[in-house]
Amino acid sequence: MSSFLDTALISNTRRVWHPVFRQLGLLVLVLPGASLFLIPWLWMLSTAGKDTALIWKTPPVWIPPVYHWENFIKAWLQGDFAVYYLNTFYISGMNVIGILISSVLAAYAFARIRFPGRDVLFVVVLSTMMLPRQVTLIPLYMIFSELGWINTFKPLIVPLFFGDAFSIFLLRQFFLTISRELDDAALIDGCRRLGVLFRILLPLTRPALAVVAIFNFTWAWNEFFTPLIYLDSPKLFPITLGLHRFIGRAQIDIQFLMAMTIVSTLIPIGIFFLTQRYFIQGIVITGIKG
Amino acid sequence: MTAHSSLSDFLKRRLTQRTEDILTAYLCLLPWIIGFLAFTLGPLVFSLVLSFFQADLFTRNIFVGFGNYVDLVQDPLFLKSLRVTAIYAFVSVPLGAATALAVALLLNQKVVGLGVWRTVYYLPSVISGVAVAVLWMQIFNPRMGLINNALKVVGIEGPSWIFDSTWALPSLIIMSLWAVGANMLLYLAGLQGIPTYLYEAAKIDGANVGRRFWHVTIPMLSPTIFFNVVISLIAAFQFFTQSFIMTNGGPNNSTLSMVLFLYRKAFQQTRFGYASAVAWVLFAIIICFTLLFIRSSSLWVYYAGEERTE
Repeated sequence: MSSFLDTALISNTRRVWHPVFRQLGLLVLVLPGASLFLIPWLWMLSTAGKDTALIWKTPPVWIPPVYHWENFIKAWLQGDFAVYYLNTFYISGMNVIGILISSVLAAYAFARIRFPGRDVLFVVVLSTMMLPRQVTLIPLYMIFSELGWINTFKPLIVPLFFGDAFSIFLLRQFFLTISRELDDAALIDGCRRLGVLFRILLPLTRPALAVVAIFNFTWAWNEFFTPLIYLDSPKLFPITLGLHRFIGRAQIDIQFLMAMTIVSTLIPIGIFFLTQRYFIQGIVITGIKG
Repeated sequence: MTAHSSLSDFLKRRLTQRTEDILTAYLCLLPWIIGFLAFTLGPLVFSLVLSFFQADLFTRNIFVGFGNYVDLVQDPLFLKSLRVTAIYAFVSVPLGAATALAVALLLNQKVVGLGVWRTVYYLPSVISGVAVAVLWMQIFNPRMGLINNALKVVGIEGPSWIFDSTWALPSLIIMSLWAVGANMLLYLAGLQGIPTYLYEAAKIDGANVGRRFWHVTIPMLSPTIFFNVVISLIAAFQFFTQSFIMTNGGPNNSTLSMVLFLYRKAFQQTRFGYASAVAWVLFAIIICFTLLFIRSSSLWVYYAGEERTE
């Protein structure tokens, strides 16, 4: 009993000092790693505003005496980035629309309706998530080229109107968190099945729809492989292909390249900062775990 | 009479409700079912068939049996890509998992400025692989790049990184660590799901920090680790963008990944049959390792609420 009291007292007296030392100790651990993660960003920002002479200077100058903001404008105009931006917005927006329509319907069926074959079909949905896309790539390319879809946006957009496994899974998990009693009440009142989806579930899961939209928009924005396969003419390029094309140009200046790399990341970063409380607090992930 | 009619009414309503349910369900699933058949299952079967043919886009399609696979085994470039992919996957995945877990453990503490730190670690995984690749190309630049300038400060003459066949693959692995933020978030969510009473109980039993980590944190986190490693492994086997943009497989094929090899065969040489065989070898490897991993999971993954049969 007395030893128990002793330990209690000791840990109490310790607690007075603990927080400050603890904070210092933690910061000593957090800061070096955080700087390693932060430095590439700062370096990119710094490089984008330099002139050619300053770029090759060693040791590197971190804060250029004159920050050449005009690098951004020059590079933007040189690289047709307005076109790339518009294309990326169009492709990503269409992806979100297609995925939302098709995946909401499928997720609703899986979450709420009992029908023969449901469990088997759901396992199929899950297993398509594991499938490496290279396995279907070549036949898809042949089909799309047969249809005359090469060098159009169609291969990047049309398939997504037929559902996306990850989004179906995510939305199903979200639907399952809503009490079924609401559905039953509505059904007894003579509401149809689809009426339940549109009048009860969707209004209640608006945040989940936003999460799915944001995820897919960002993924589509960052997508490189699919557009690389299907698009040839630069006037159709999304920003990832545009940036790749920009490197390919002979003797492109590094400061212009860095400026456009920054520009290409503005939308994903902006979306992240607008929605970060969901990500950082882990709400999104809790939803996935469901 | 009233009882009878209401019973039949009831049955009729139940039956029509059930039929309506099934019809509605399949109507809702129709787009996905069509998409699955047209864009997944059909092409999957087609690509398996194709891998037994010598096929280019429109002209000759000659049945060659296992010929493509036999050629693959003897193709030094393919074997090289297999080795490169294996090294990349088996080094970058454990390294990335360890880094992500370490950062998550740290950021699970109540440190000042927590939101800022989490953002700093997470932000690189928000941007595209292309942007990351373009940025790190400059960071690895032997002359004006960040790394070699930093090394010069401590008196080391750095290698040529992505231009040096010994250092190119390690460069890509180092770069991949910058984007571990998504994994970090998943570990963080896992850590927050561990009930604190377990730690308190361990403390009362006299377990120190190390023992609490090995006997509470790791077992409770093992499902998250399992999920993360499976997903990362599948992604790592498909690595492409980095080597395509930064090194184009070079120098001397030291960063030639399987998918880059496949891309060249399919879209630069239009050898669709051969490329399909590559895709199926890749697929088989991914399935094997995933199954092996799932099999091994019963040995080391602990699911709370699951009965242990020993």
